[in-house]
Amino acid sequence: MIEIENVHKSFGDLKVLDNVSLTVKKGEVVSIIGGSGSGKSTLLMCINGLEPIQSGSIRVDGIEVHAKGTDINKLRTKIGIVFQQWNAFPHLTVLENVTLAPRKVLKKSKAEADAIGRKQLEHVGLGDKLDVYPSKLSGGQQQRMAIARALAMEPQYMLFDEVTSALDPQLVGEVLDTMRLLAKEGMTMILVTHEMAFAREVSDRVAFFKSGKMHEIGTPEQIFGNPQRPETAQFLASVL
Amino acid sequence: MFQTSLSLNDVMFLLQGAGVTLLITFWAMLGGTILGIIFGVFRATTPWWATAPLAFVLDIFRSVPLLIQLVLVNAFQAIAGLNISAFVVSCIVLALYTSAYCSELVRGGIAAVPVTTRRAARSLGMTWWQDMTQIVYPIALRIMLPSWIGLTLGVMKDTALVSWLGIIELLRSSQIIVTRIQEPLFVLTVAGLIYFIISFPISRLGARLERKWREND
Amino acid sequence: MFNYTFHWRPAIQALPQMLGGAVVTLQIAVISMIIGILIGVVLAVMSGSSSKILRGIAGTWIEIARNTPALFQIYMAYFGLGQFGIHLDSFVALLSGIAFNNAGYLAETFRGGLRAVPATQVRAARSLGFGPISAFRLIVLPQMFRAVFYPMTNQMVWAILMTSLGVVVGLNSDLTGVTQELNVKTFRTFEYFAIAAVLYYLIAKAVTLGARAFAYRLFRY
Repeated sequence: MIEIENVHKSFGDLKVLDNVSLTVKKGEVVSIIGGSGSGKSTLLMCINGLEPIQSGSIRVDGIEVHAKGTDINKLRTKIGIVFQQWNAFPHLTVLENVTLAPRKVLKKSKAEADAIGRKQLEHVGLGDKLDVYPSKLSGGQQQRMAIARALAMEPQYMLFDEVTSALDPQLVGEVLDTMRLLAKEGMTMILVTHEMAFAREVSDRVAFFKSGKMHEIGTPEQIFGNPQRPETAQFLASVL
Repeated sequence: MFQTSLSLNDVMFLLQGAGVTLLITFWAMLGGTILGIIFGVFRATTPWWATAPLAFVLDIFRSVPLLIQLVLVNAFQAIAGLNISAFVVSCIVLALYTSAYCSELVRGGIAAVPVTTRRAARSLGMTWWQDMTQIVYPIALRIMLPSWIGLTLGVMKDTALVSWLGIIELLRSSQIIVTRIQEPLFVLTVAGLIYFIISFPISRLGARLERKWREND
Repeated sequence: MFNYTFHWRPAIQALPQMLGGAVVTLQIAVISMIIGILIGVVLAVMSGSSSKILRGIAGTWIEIARNTPALFQIYMAYFGLGQFGIHLDSFVALLSGIAFNNAGYLAETFRGGLRAVPATQVRAARSLGFGPISAFRLIVLPQMFRAVFYPMTNQMVWAILMTSLGVVVGLNSDLTGVTQELNVKTFRTFEYFAIAAVLYYLIAKAVTLGARAFAYRLFRY
């Protein structure tokens, strides 16, 4: 379970997260929607400790992410994250990209890591690209590789940060298919996305962010069908 | 208190040496740049197999120590009885040496102009010459100028080697004074300072130009 | 014009001697590169530190190395240090001069190499649970190495060319030094130096081509 309570964060005068609280249960898929600069991506970075918070608390499986004594590297192995820019490691093959962390962080043997890597790459449809370097892949393939890389750590949670925003339109579908598959398999996911139809389809709950505040949260039917807040309605009207 | 036997005359002698350094640098850069542009444009606009012999020769200038080049050309002119002064030999060798580097800069600069830009120019009805002078030249110049300034500084430092042929440039003049007053550290420091005073502002200018142009892109 | 007969035979006979000099030349270049790389890394780190003193030392070193002639730097080692009672022989003076020069140039190269790896790479590595040190070692360093490899090869060629300056401070064991000794004995300047030029060219090409082959194997991506 991910429990976010009264989190505040600001860059100088700019409030990026303003008293945000959100609980995500095991197996749940939560989408976060909102305009750019609304603090959605920052929230994901805070969940796995890549960005510090000023006050409030974030607990993952009861462990305080931002507490001094927390082994953040160990905690991060439980939380996979995929970025808008896929950040493939250019000097490693596709398989090496995926197996590096299982081998070096989880200390798995090469054979074991390779088996996991193969399985996950199969899973995202890259089973035939194992020994290719990322530069030879399309953006969509690199992004699916990044998903496999996160999955190879066998995380409990997956965070997706606008993973399709930097892709050419015709490549978006293949990445969404991969995420759809994960959702069906019961992975706990938080996704920041601009793909409204997709959010509506896969999410258990949808949250709307604006200027660092979570204005509204509810089932897809509620948010898309009958938004309670004028900000939400306005935003949906502008993007749909 | 710090004491030195370095006299005002000696300082003038050093400055004279610096003058020779600058003079040789000037001729080397003038000749090297003209040749470099000719070679570079030729190499950028002609198929590689036609320019391979030239490329090979220019590569030699970059792969053999300058000192050896100076000695060789000087020995050759003596054998051939050309009776050219060491100063002229130095200028010729340094100009050729510079042209090898400069042609690479020119070639790289031209290659860095996007083909699409040039196609756009041609599609507007510009001739090859107009494309070269109106489009390629201004863009390539921006790309090349910072490196060209760097090359100038490099050549200025490399002129120190002509002392081997007996020319009294800055470094050699400092050596002459050292032999007399026996204060190597101080005299060399003064000579180094003169090099620094010449090159540091120019290198800063180059860096600033590069930054400014990058921002505008 | 040209009332001169070229005598290549003695020059060719001196080839083994000159090859011996070439070995010394390579030795100096390699050692000066190793020292230069080690100091260059330290200088690059220092110039990025928050301490003003460390930044000042690194900056001074880099600027002197880049803005004065290599021969000046060798003179400083050979004559200048003498005033502190440090008397280096011509071999050590040449080696230190070139190493000083290498370090200054390589420090700039390494700084550029660090910038060549985007910060998002570290972020991606950290998000997989890598600590800061292993993220640097496994992700940043290999990519940085690629960015600096070509400039490092260039510096190596420069180091080889710079070794020829040893003759100016009286070194007689490297390729130029050996050639100059033969020249002084026979006054066949052109022949001997022509052969030396060919040898330098071959050494420089061997280094460049070797590095290219190595890079081809190493950087498959």
